[in-house]
Amino acid sequence: MRVPILRQAKYLIASIQSALTDQELLQLRDDLLDQAGRYRARGVVVDVTVLDVIDSFAARTLRSIGHMLYLRGAETVIVGIQPEVAISMVQLGLDLEGIETALDLEEGLAWLDSRTG
Amino acid sequence: MAANHDPETQKSTESLLRELVAHLRENRNKLREEWVNRITESRLLTAMTHEEIIAETTSIYDNYVEVLATGSVEALETYARNLSERIIPRGVETSEVVGIVLLLRDVLARSLFRKYQTDFHMLDRVLDAYEPAANRIAVTVASSFVQERERTIRLQQEAIRVLSTPVLQVRDRLLILPIIGVLDSQRARQLTEQLLRGIRANRAKVVVIDITGVPSVDSTAANHIVQTVEASRLMGATVIVTGLSSEVAQTLVTIGVDLGKINALGDLQSGMEEAERLLGYRVTLDPNVH
Repeated sequence: MRVPILRQAKYLIASIQSALTDQELLQLRDDLLDQAGRYRARGVVVDVTVLDVIDSFAARTLRSIGHMLYLRGAETVIVGIQPEVAISMVQLGLDLEGIETALDLEEGLAWLDSRTG
Repeated sequence: MAANHDPETQKSTESLLRELVAHLRENRNKLREEWVNRITESRLLTAMTHEEIIAETTSIYDNYVEVLATGSVEALETYARNLSERIIPRGVETSEVVGIVLLLRDVLARSLFRKYQTDFHMLDRVLDAYEPAANRIAVTVASSFVQERERTIRLQQEAIRVLSTPVLQVRDRLLILPIIGVLDSQRARQLTEQLLRGIRANRAKVVVIDITGVPSVDSTAANHIVQTVEASRLMGATVIVTGLSSEVAQTLVTIGVDLGKINALGDLQSGMEEAERLLGYRVTLDPNVH
């Protein structure tokens, strides 16, 4: 299933609905990069609240999405990482370094507002 | 002795034990007094008063004779555990408990020597019957005591664990986590889980972890702190670590823990002030209040 991407003013919101295969993650990356350019987005929120597991491939992909979007002129924030997911990510050494994280969608949008003015 | 399996010898062992028990019951007061004197001489059970020692020794003596008479250690086991529960909080050591039981064994053995000193063969057979039973009693009492002690320690550890990990909200979106005591792996994990749940429940943006109460920090504990900081960041919260003493700071740098990602401040007060600044609070002093 393709991850739906919503447009909200100058931001894009990718709201993951279920566990994703590697292929679907890469699809999400391509869609976000494409739409960020098309809609001239200044910020992107990726909501991972429903994910029970973020493995090394997912973490690496999320990180590269952030870096790639930065090069396309948009800030990225990952929101909704659950406590158990955060613990296992840290134990696996997946720390999403250089990528902003926030508690939930509301926080993520507030951070984007503070960054993009 | 191999001969013990012979039914006839066994029977005579039983009758010897009966004789032995009768002897011990007859001389109960004399032997018990001798035992108490030996305990006082050896400076054992100094945490207890003389009256208490007399009361406990009487019970132990009767239990002891009972075990010799019936061959069942169950009642003694219960009594020993009960006794341990009473005397452990008063600082009685394992060596003391083992010491007094061995003293009783010796006192009783001496009385047997005196009784049978004219008949060496008989003494030999009485000791054959007495020694295994006496050793079994000593082992039972010692292991009951140690078990009780371990149970107490486990209970206390559990109590400390539950008590010492509060996650406190002091301002809107600001949590404080004072860590007190040794930070082992299990506790660190529990602490991280509690903190992350607290971050979600209180929608915290800033967390101050105060480790003033952690006596020493080794590389394992330091890595736990680093992991907690990282995991909190993944949930969108900034962590400030406070209360690193100069010894702790030296240790961490010497053993080469990567603290680059840690936001550290000297004491809890500076941590609070920094957290308030991050959250946009401005605390001012009212000049009308003295």
